[in-house]
Amino acid sequence: MEIKEPKIKSMRYNDFKDNEYLEAMLKELNANGTNVVVGCLDELINWGRSNSLWPFTFATSCCGIEFMAMCAARYDVARFGFEITRNSPRQADVILVSGTITNKMAPVLKRLYDQMADPKYVIAVGGCAVSGGPFKKSYHVVKGVDKVLPVDVYVPGCPPRPEAMLYGMMQLQRKVKVEKFLGGINHQVSKKEYARLMERDLNAERDELNVEQEKD
Amino acid sequence: MDLKAKILSLVPEAVYDEKGDGMWTIPAGKFHDFAVALHHDQALKFDFLRSLTGMDWGEEGLGVVYHLESTEHGHRLVVRTLTKDREAPSLPSVCDVWKAAEFNEREVYDYFGICFVNHPDMRRLYLRDDWVGYPLRKDYDDSEEINPLRMSNEVAKDDVESFDLQPDGSIIEHRKVLFDNDEYVINIGPQHPATHGVLRFRVSIEGEFIKKLDVHCGYIHRGIEKMCESLTYPQTLALTDRLDYLSAMQSRHALCMCIEKGLGVEVSDRVKYIRTIMDELQRIDSHILFFSCLCQDLGATSAFLYGFRDREKILDIFEETCGGRLILNYNTIGGVQADIHPNFVHRVKEFIPYMRRNIQEYHDVFTGNVIAQHRLKGVGVLSREDAISFGATGGTGRASGWACDVRKRIPYGVYDKVDFKEILYTEGDSFARYMVRMDEIMESLNIVEQLIDNIPAGDYQLKMKPVIRIPEGTYYAAVEASRGEFGVFIESHGDKTPYRLKFRSTGLPLVSCMDTICRGGKIADLIAIGGTLDYIIPDIDR
Ligand code: SF4
Repeated sequence: MEIKEPKIKSMRYNDFKDNEYLEAMLKELNANGTNVVVGCLDELINWGRSNSLWPFTFATSCCGIEFMAMCAARYDVARFGFEITRNSPRQADVILVSGTITNKMAPVLKRLYDQMADPKYVIAVGGCAVSGGPFKKSYHVVKGVDKVLPVDVYVPGCPPRPEAMLYGMMQLQRKVKVEKFLGGINHQVSKKEYARLMERDLNAERDELNVEQEKD
Repeated sequence: MDLKAKILSLVPEAVYDEKGDGMWTIPAGKFHDFAVALHHDQALKFDFLRSLTGMDWGEEGLGVVYHLESTEHGHRLVVRTLTKDREAPSLPSVCDVWKAAEFNEREVYDYFGICFVNHPDMRRLYLRDDWVGYPLRKDYDDSEEINPLRMSNEVAKDDVESFDLQPDGSIIEHRKVLFDNDEYVINIGPQHPATHGVLRFRVSIEGEFIKKLDVHCGYIHRGIEKMCESLTYPQTLALTDRLDYLSAMQSRHALCMCIEKGLGVEVSDRVKYIRTIMDELQRIDSHILFFSCLCQDLGATSAFLYGFRDREKILDIFEETCGGRLILNYNTIGGVQADIHPNFVHRVKEFIPYMRRNIQEYHDVFTGNVIAQHRLKGVGVLSREDAISFGATGGTGRASGWACDVRKRIPYGVYDKVDFKEILYTEGDSFARYMVRMDEIMESLNIVEQLIDNIPAGDYQLKMKPVIRIPEGTYYAAVEASRGEFGVFIESHGDKTPYRLKFRSTGLPLVSCMDTICRGGKIADLIAIGGTLDYIIPDIDR
């Protein structure tokens, strides 16, 4: 079954700037082939998923204020199905990394990301999250959040306008639409890596995970 | 009173250096007694530690600069003390004199590795415990091999190191217990919606009551001060907007003022008017956001939407003139980036009555609400003495009855020409802190109203030299930012770049008094207290 170009309601396909990269994804998807039943189901599921991506309330600095502005009445992110922001990583589908990530924050961010349930997505919002932005030369800033997490969409700007953030989020919606939900699990890690993670011995890693240990 | 004679009578070895603002040098051995005298002497009464800056003077040694002010007499003083030892530098702590020193000295320890003797808690303030080296020292090596990105989780220790002076003059290190083994400690943050960013608290509770609170900062420490040392003066301007992004105008104003002071440049009246109006608009913007977030934290989501609706109006005005919504990049050395937009005056005039009406709506919706009143009144009381001792300026200080407004204390811009009240409350509780800000919105509208029709003609930008060098010396300038005194301290050695540039954070004193305010309160009140203190984390961590 052929999966066609991803359409979302809010904006026409041709109005998006980077269709080539999506088309490459499509090609790969179609090359592998899918049977009709699974394909149709996939499309249905992805339609639902892409229209109910819930962002995680995560903001470290300036860009976070624009994120708040985006959630408020004027820009009203709920129009696109990003309905409500969740305060717990366990309930969120997408994390918008808005703001500078410092060396001290990086492990915390990674941990938050690990706590999110699959399938999960990352949007790097603002110069800082994309590359370190104005703080590239600092001794305590991570030069791009992609050093720590796999990033799906980059939104440059300092800070990006709420419109730009919406654009980025709509890109993500389109990306979700060309994914294979059934059959190929949408983990950011390979299957092998996934299996390893599932089987790892958490007890042995307690120290590292900073779980308080019984004192004897 | 002759301050000079007085200081020489206290410490005959004191040396005065006249460059820039002028500064006294006090030998480290006598510094603690000197500080006590400054604070206790009835004629001096330096009870407000405005700013504490760590310094690396290279050959001369490592040291600290103190900016002091007396809230009663209004006089100011800059002193410094230093040590030659670079291997194991130590200086006497003054946190028993001014509580503000507690966090600031930890910051200096973090940046320069100076141990403060008799400080109860000598931990790093921003960086991780396993960080190697002291980043603000001039000989710091910032290569990635020494301090790679460490992805291991940090373990929070329950005890802290501290250095005590023995009677025989030697110093011993020992560990002090922060939280006992049988204490029930919960962790809040760094990712928590009610901490307004990435601040972390460890709270020991007994039932529902807070016994002790330990603040962890540094999750958004971006090393701005170090970066500034390698940037030319016009380049440093870019970073101030990103400190406290809700005081973007004021912070940048402070830095421009400080550089202009160093250069001896006087800006035109037009610039002064524009800057003042912009500062006030920014203050309104910030206070509206304060209202929105506080309401949201207390569960009133619709009030959040109201606030953001009105805030957008100011952002539109900003955008027309500055081109940005949040990061404005408007002030420059000797003026402003661009003249005001032709629509500006008209738009602002439209906005003033609109906002006055809406404040009334805020009061109807939220202030009078029973739940809001119960959650704010009598909660988290900060006494006037503590506010001064911690240096908690801004709305927080004024809610405790401390008249700390820089606009009145040291007028800048055209604040000496306008007629406005300094809002003061005496209760010192969360409700007073809330009301101060709501009233200040009205007061700011008054200021803008008085100025908007009288912007004089003139240049909006002075012609500056392409390469700006400030004459040797130290300079300090402060403005009233949205949440307190925002100061800039520059030490120049006559180069294109500052030798040291320090920002007096408005938020650091506010979090440092969290422990005092919260003790004995309920854990749920932490939200209301944090909300009304209204700190911005990137401004604390810098
Ligand atoms: S990209 Fe700009 S606005 Fe966003 S967090 Fe970084 S400095 Fe702030």
